[in-house]
Parts: sequence; structure tokens; C-alpha cells
Amino acid sequence: MLEVRNLVVERDSRIVLQQLNFIVHESELLYITGSNGVGKTTLMRTLCGLVQAEEGEILWNNSSIKKNSIEYFRNLAYIGHDNGIKGDLTPVENLEIDRSIRQNASGLSYQEILEQVGIVKLAHRPCRFLSAGQKRMVAMGRLLASNLKLWILDEPLTSLDEKAQTRFLFILQEHLKNQGVVIATSHQELNWQQGRVVNKHLGTDGMLT
Amino acid sequence: MKPLFFIILVRDIKLVGRNPGESAATTVIFFVIVATLFSFAANTDLAMLRVIGPTVVWVAALLSAMLSLDSIFKADYADGTLDQLLTSPDSLSMIVLAKVTAHWVVTGLPLIVVSPILGILMGLDFRLIGILTLTVVLSTPIFSLVGAFGAALVVAQKKTGVLISLLTLPLCVPILIYSASAVAAAAAGQPISGHLSLLAAFLVLSLTILPLATAGTVRIATGG
Repeated sequence: MLEVRNLVVERDSRIVLQQLNFIVHESELLYITGSNGVGKTTLMRTLCGLVQAEEGEILWNNSSIKKNSIEYFRNLAYIGHDNGIKGDLTPVENLEIDRSIRQNASGLSYQEILEQVGIVKLAHRPCRFLSAGQKRMVAMGRLLASNLKLWILDEPLTSLDEKAQTRFLFILQEHLKNQGVVIATSHQELNWQQGRVVNKHLGTDGMLT
Repeated sequence: MKPLFFIILVRDIKLVGRNPGESAATTVIFFVIVATLFSFAANTDLAMLRVIGPTVVWVAALLSAMLSLDSIFKADYADGTLDQLLTSPDSLSMIVLAKVTAHWVVTGLPLIVVSPILGILMGLDFRLIGILTLTVVLSTPIFSLVGAFGAALVVAQKKTGVLISLLTLPLCVPILIYSASAVAAAAAGQPISGHLSLLAAFLVLSLTILPLATAGTVRIATGG
């Protein structure tokens, strides 16, 4: 599980995150809401080790993610604002690369993954021809391509239609059933009461309540 | 499963192949045009061309290698794939080295193939063309390695086309000097093994240090 202790993060000499402390357990979804610009993305990127914190520690299974980064990164899925897929490559090619990056491949075939995210017909079409929601679903495929315990999702529901949202929530639910850990942000409330959901709000003062 | 180095190498080459705007052909054509401009300007003075020819070839090679550097990390930064690479359990230096190798394959290799032809255009004899090509073989990987370091410094900045050249061209001056003097020495009948060994030493040095430095720079430039 993931534990955050006294996390302080600065951006452009301004404190964005103030003394954050929280623990996310297995089978738990931490759902962070907050208005635009309060630092949700900064928090997500800090948890991924992409932004360096001024103070504090992030622990994965009781060991610092800096000291134990290989083990941490093998279990981490990150979907940010940018999907992290190549427009000139097809969904299958993108998933192949994601799989090799994570070095922790799951048993699912690409066909099965694309069926679950609902874009199996687009398997061999370059991603730049896909709609915003379809590209998002290719990125979601990353969650299934490898055996990743911790999912860090920045605004996962953006540009997904109702059907795609249902698919995504189903994948999420399965992950939580399998002792997965999820941290997601959004500026909208989540109307979903399956599994353990911990709702927190990130305020403009940089405090998580 | 294939090693990540190989996957990223193939990915970057494939991406260039699917994007005609920045393909290997553009680099080579630019290279040839810059070099031929000199032969036009030198008019029919073949003696002068013979003297400046090798230098022209390297300057042109250096400038063409710079052309495609801007996008080496920036394209990945823009679409978020760099974040994925940065959170890989594999070593970032290895990923950087794969990207540099891909850059060399699509820019350096074509330059190596074309430089003998330019050598003929400059009226060099075959022995000198051989040495010229050998120095291009040794220096193009260094251009890619040094250039990637420059590109990493400015990865998070907008519009940096010329900035990368300003940062990296001065670092390539020693390579230029030793390459030029190798051909000059060969033309004067002097031994050139010293020049070539020094070039090879520069290559080994940059191959050892720069992927590490570039990896660290990418991390700082994107997470600062």
C-alpha cells in the first residue's frame, strides 16, 4: 500500500501541497476532488516520482519509493492529462511499448485488452485517427497490459462517454477486487459506491481534507 | 520479452518512418544542399574545393544532425510518453541511449553513406575520401550524443530550435578540429592514427558519460 508522510511540494517557489499525510490501503480508491489549479496534477506527478518533493516521504509497502524505485515502478500505472500514447502508432503497438516499459506483463492478449476497453475494431489504426475518448481508452489499456498494483489516474473520466465510463468503472472495480490500489483525481464528484472509496478534497490552501 | 533498449530503438525509427516531415531523407537532402552550395560558390576553383572540401562536409554533417534534434525528447514530452519512460523500472540512461541510437540511425547513417559522394564532388582522391568517411563514421555518433544532451536541457521549453544548436555546436568544435586535421595530415602524407585514436576516444568518452548526464538532465528538466 501507499503511504504519504508530511509531503510538501513547491512549484515556482510557491507551496502547492502543504504537509499532506495519507495512507491508501489495498482494495481502496482514494478519490481526490478539487477545483482547477489547486495542484491535483502536481500531487499525482509527485506520487509518480516525476516531481521532486521539498519535504516528506512517499512509502510503498513501507519502503521509500526513492530507495526502492525499481519495485515501485514495476507496479505503477500512470495516466496523466496527456495519454502517453503515440499518435503515429496503432493501439496494439502502443500497448506493446507500455508493456515493455513496465516489465511486468499480464497474461492478457492485446485482443482481450482492447475488447475490455471497447476499441477492438480500431486495433490496427494509427491512434491519431481516434477520437479523444478512444485515445483515452487506449491509455486505459495500459492498466490491463501489465500486472500493476497501483494505479494513479489524473482525471480518468475526461472525454469518456457514458458507455466508456461504465467500461472504465468496471475495470476499476475488478482491480479493487484484486487488492489493487487506486488514486484518482477529478473536479467532479464520483457517483459510485462500490468498494471502499475514500473521498478527499484538495483545497486552494494546499491541504487535503 | 525483448529488452526495452531494442523496443525504444525500433519505436523511434518507426515513428520517423511514419512521419515524412522529419524523415531521414530531409536530413540527407539538407546535407547535400549545404555541401553543394559551397561547390557552387567556389565556382570552378577545384584546388580550393579540395582544400576546404572535407571541412565543408563536416560542417554540413554537423548542421544536418542538429536539424532533427529538437524533437528527440520534446515529441515524447508533448504527448506524455516521456512520463511513461521516466517511470520505467528500467534504467533511464539505457532508454536515452536507445533514443540516441535511433537518432544516429536515421541521421548519422545516411550521412555516412552520402559523404563519399560529396567527397567525389569536392574533387578529393579516393584515399582521402576513405579517411573523410572514417572520420564521419566516428563523429556522427558523438553529434547525436552531444545533441541529445542539449535537447534534454531544453525539453520543457517552447520553441528551442536554434537554442539547441547554440548549446551543442561549441561542444562539437574539438571533433571538427580533429576530423579536419586528420584529412589535412593525410593529404600532406603524415600519419593520422593519432587523430583517429583521439576521435575514437571522444566517442568512447561521450558514450560512457553522456547517456547518464542526459538521463539526469531529462529528469530535472521535466520535474523541476
